Amino acid sequence: MSLRADLEIIKQWIEPGERVLDLGCGDGSFLAHLKEEKGIGDCGLEINPDNINLCLKAGVNVIEQDLNKGLTNFISDSFDTVLLAQTLQTVERPDILVEEMLRIGKHCIITFPNFAYWRHRLWLLGRGYMPQSSALPYEWYDTPNIHHCTIRDFDTLCKKRNIRILQRTVVDFNNRSSFLMNLHPNLFGINAIYHFTR
Amino acid sequence: MAKTIPADSVGLVTPELIHFDEPLALRSGRVIDQYDLMVETYGELNADRSNAVLICHALSGDHHAAGYHKPDDEKEKPGWWECSIGPGKAFDTNRFFVVCLNNLGGCAGSTGPSSINPETGKPFGPDFPIITVRDWVKSQARLADRLGIEKWAAVIGGSLGGMQVMRWAISYPQRLRHAIVIASAPKLSAQNIAFNEVARQSITSDPDFHDGRYYDFNTYPKRGLMLARMVGHINYLSDQAMRDKFGKDAIEGNFGRDLRTGKLNFSYEVDFQVESYLKYKGETFSSKFDANTYLLITKTLDYFDPAVDYNFDLSKAFEQSECKFLVISFTSDWRFPPERSREIVNTLLKAKKPVSYLDIRADQGHDAFLMPIPRYIEALKSYMGKVSEEVNGAAGGSD
Repeated sequence: MSLRADLEIIKQWIEPGERVLDLGCGDGSFLAHLKEEKGIGDCGLEINPDNINLCLKAGVNVIEQDLNKGLTNFISDSFDTVLLAQTLQTVERPDILVEEMLRIGKHCIITFPNFAYWRHRLWLLGRGYMPQSSALPYEWYDTPNIHHCTIRDFDTLCKKRNIRILQRTVVDFNNRSSFLMNLHPNLFGINAIYHFTR
Repeated sequence: MAKTIPADSVGLVTPELIHFDEPLALRSGRVIDQYDLMVETYGELNADRSNAVLICHALSGDHHAAGYHKPDDEKEKPGWWECSIGPGKAFDTNRFFVVCLNNLGGCAGSTGPSSINPETGKPFGPDFPIITVRDWVKSQARLADRLGIEKWAAVIGGSLGGMQVMRWAISYPQRLRHAIVIASAPKLSAQNIAFNEVARQSITSDPDFHDGRYYDFNTYPKRGLMLARMVGHINYLSDQAMRDKFGKDAIEGNFGRDLRTGKLNFSYEVDFQVESYLKYKGETFSSKFDANTYLLITKTLDYFDPAVDYNFDLSKAFEQSECKFLVISFTSDWRFPPERSREIVNTLLKAKKPVSYLDIRADQGHDAFLMPIPRYIEALKSYMGKVSEEVNGAAGGSD
């Protein structure tokens, strides 16, 4: 089974036998993969009925629950890793969600599209339009992304909230890293992948 | 001429009465020396006896979950869960050996209050002991022994059936792989018990009840049981379900509810169709169901609380379990609303047990669990497909 490249990166941060909570688990293929390769204890949250059905088909544990309604039903420290892939920018209160992830899991992994990517900047500065790219393929009026953030924004949030960043990887459309991206992640990075704890 | 039976039905089936000699010690402290269970099975048990699933029935259900009994009766309705059990259906009888029984205390063939007490030669009536969910599951485990089933591939039930499923997971953790709990609750709410008490009062206050010995008087508490069923029925439907059912022929002046004769009577006769519908439902039910069994099962419901042995900590109870869980609720269910299912789910999460949960959008109220709602049936099918892979191998099926 081949994985989305950002998930290949995340996979390395998950130890065999861990309990993993995937917030917005989609069709459950990533959890199914982790289950098979690393024998993890899986739990996914999802709201799309078709995706939920695919999770059941894949034998992945899935709970129909809206992230925006909170995670208070999960007790503290009940998971090893809590994962939020490409969803942070769509929730009502990203800061509260990050705090909740830290409460529930020992480690957290978040990926999001970097709004400060130079092409995005160019759209806004040069053309005066809300940026669009393959990472942000929406019009301003139909986008689910209501809380765009940049790598610098997220770093600042982590600093303010005493969140310890264990690893940070910045990648391009093909989820590859490059010299420029390592030099100026906030300018050249398209997708940000964070591994953090408290 | 024999009637035509749909190809996706298990077809004609014959229930079997199985006798048990070993005394059954009940939760109440009383003992049933011997008893019969009426059982129906569909499909074939595979070579390693791993593909058996148990369907647990709810308040008014019985062993007849699928198929037909009468080859010539065109009007005969199939078993109560025909939409889910059969070849190619969610509980695919090409892949699974499906077992359903009438629970102890029932009135569809298993030993219950209307059975003859060997000591007196008369029906037990009120002398029949109160049976709890725990007792039922104990008797079901004995049935599994008799059928040579060490471990169920899955135990499934809606409403009160779901409570039996939870009890299985807690009391016999090694004997099931999967637990499917549908439209259920970890225990009854005060409101649930209140509705049950209205039902009981309706029955016991009927002059034909005769303290539960109505059999001796060749009668039964028809009005009482009818009232009990009417109030139950309201509780099982939703406001929306009733609007859909009785608001179709809305005409001016009837406030959007179907009138029976097209005009108001200005008397205490039946004006609205919902009234005659409830009466009809209540009457048909009371002619088929035993009042003492109804009383008994409402108590079984009231007494259900698997946390009782664990200092009222349900998560401690669930810690015993070793199976995977699928929990399903329906948005318009106000008997056991989605919050009650979420209580089960959250407690399982707390106990770090594997669980999936679906909240199905449905207008049918509590009764939705018996209906062929596409997303619901599809979910059961998907889940059971995976279960079949586990027990039958990826090729699946002995067909």
